[in-house]
Amino acid sequence: MKMNYDLVIVGGGPAGLAAAIAAYDEGIRDILILERENKLGGILNQCIHNGFGLTRFKESLSGPEYAARFVDGVLARNIQVMTETTVLSLTKDKKVTAINTQNGVFVLQAKAVVLAMGCRERSRGALNVAGSRPAGIYSAGTAQKYVNIKGYMPGKSVVILGSGDIGLIMARRMTLEGAKVHAVCEIMPYSSGLKRNIAQCLDDFDIPLYLNHTITKIEGEKRVTGVVISKVDENKKPIPGTEVHFDCDTVLFSVGLIPENELTKGAGLELSPRTRGAVVYQSRETEVEGIFACGNVLQVHDLVDFVSEEAELAGRYAANYILYGKTERDEVRVSNGKNVSYVVPQIIDKNIQGNVKLFFRVTNTFRDCTIIAKCGEQVLLQKKKKIVVPGEMESMLLTEAKLAEANGEIQIELEEKI
Amino acid sequence: MSVRSLTCIECPIGCSIEVTVENGEPVSVTGNACPRGKLYAENEVICPRRVLTSTVRAENGELIPVKTDKPIKKDETFDLMKKINRVVCKLPVKIGDIIVENITEDINLIATGNAEGV
Repeated sequence: MKMNYDLVIVGGGPAGLAAAIAAYDEGIRDILILERENKLGGILNQCIHNGFGLTRFKESLSGPEYAARFVDGVLARNIQVMTETTVLSLTKDKKVTAINTQNGVFVLQAKAVVLAMGCRERSRGALNVAGSRPAGIYSAGTAQKYVNIKGYMPGKSVVILGSGDIGLIMARRMTLEGAKVHAVCEIMPYSSGLKRNIAQCLDDFDIPLYLNHTITKIEGEKRVTGVVISKVDENKKPIPGTEVHFDCDTVLFSVGLIPENELTKGAGLELSPRTRGAVVYQSRETEVEGIFACGNVLQVHDLVDFVSEEAELAGRYAANYILYGKTERDEVRVSNGKNVSYVVPQIIDKNIQGNVKLFFRVTNTFRDCTIIAKCGEQVLLQKKKKIVVPGEMESMLLTEAKLAEANGEIQIELEEKI
Repeated sequence: MSVRSLTCIECPIGCSIEVTVENGEPVSVTGNACPRGKLYAENEVICPRRVLTSTVRAENGELIPVKTDKPIKKDETFDLMKKINRVVCKLPVKIGDIIVENITEDINLIATGNAEGV
């Protein structure tokens, strides 16, 4: 068995696939993709709805169709893939320990590693919802896998907690397959899902969205028999007297995604408490040379199109690292200021040529506001926005010329309308 | 004359669109950022349509993701779901293969995933 590779990519979802193709096209041939499922494509395989690829391909594709474009690209380049292989650990000197049924446990030595493990769903446990622990409680993504891959319905009468996109998509999907979806509850005053998904997944089927509401009780012994939802106040505390009961046999949780960074932590890499992903340069290289991170393991994206774009960046720079080795750095830190919850990348290396696109999210909904990139008191760039919402990632392009002006930490902040 | 407020579903921006309706006909559209939004709003008034995505069973029990190759009339959605759930498709299947020809009007149901059938 071959034990040494130029580039090992952990994860064969949209990020891993795009990174592999980009590294290959930059001249690297000795690439291995490790994927724990039995086929490439990652979560896209169960996202059978359309709407993927509008930015990248200018057409509306289903998840499997979007994935296939990249899988075909990997196959056409003869990039090596190991499926049903789980990576167990990673070290800073780029030893990758993995396991599968053919080879048992094995250790690969890579010159560079791209982390592309994606993210996973927050669970009921993370929210501490009161009540019994009957069957019939699923994360929305698990329900999606049951319906779209395994072909069976997790229930007939459903209440969904959380209005993230997966929850909205599953409200429609379960309805199409004959279930009754009574309600989608969202604790925030706004949905974190895309507006078009509210329209085409809820409004189209007359499914009510309860904003400022949460589930305060789950009932049932063996199987869910009902839930109680309550209105919450501005501190997100349930308001007594506002309880509404729904009979149902199923509860879906769509309450956020968390980058899956056990390997990253295990390797001793620094994680940002804000993104829960690695701290990276604009090349998506982490603070450990030769280890790169991209896609939802780095920051949870709204659209796969942007995952692909970020992964190509990581793949290209990983190739550069393999070809040319470590380079001298000239670092500028980037941080989030007022009304901004995080910025990626967290560090800019001024020795890397080219413009830098900064990605960030805002803390709240703001109208007619200004987003400002500052270095001390000096304004590098500002951009007026009609509306920004936390559910949609924002970006800002800092040109090389602007970057040259920055001689200290850069801060991204949002100024409200005065 | 009445004004209908809509959210455009053509792309992730989700423009808030207002369409003025007179005698059941759209007369003006505002709030759209692109021509697709105008078309969407007009169609919502005349005859709302959606691309329907679902799955069909293959002969070996595997699920194949499918979609209609054009938007179907929204009010035919559940009738078509019944038809789709009765389909058993032969393998192998490639993306773009027609699973049901003219499932409604001149619209085909096509595969959006590949399956070898082994």
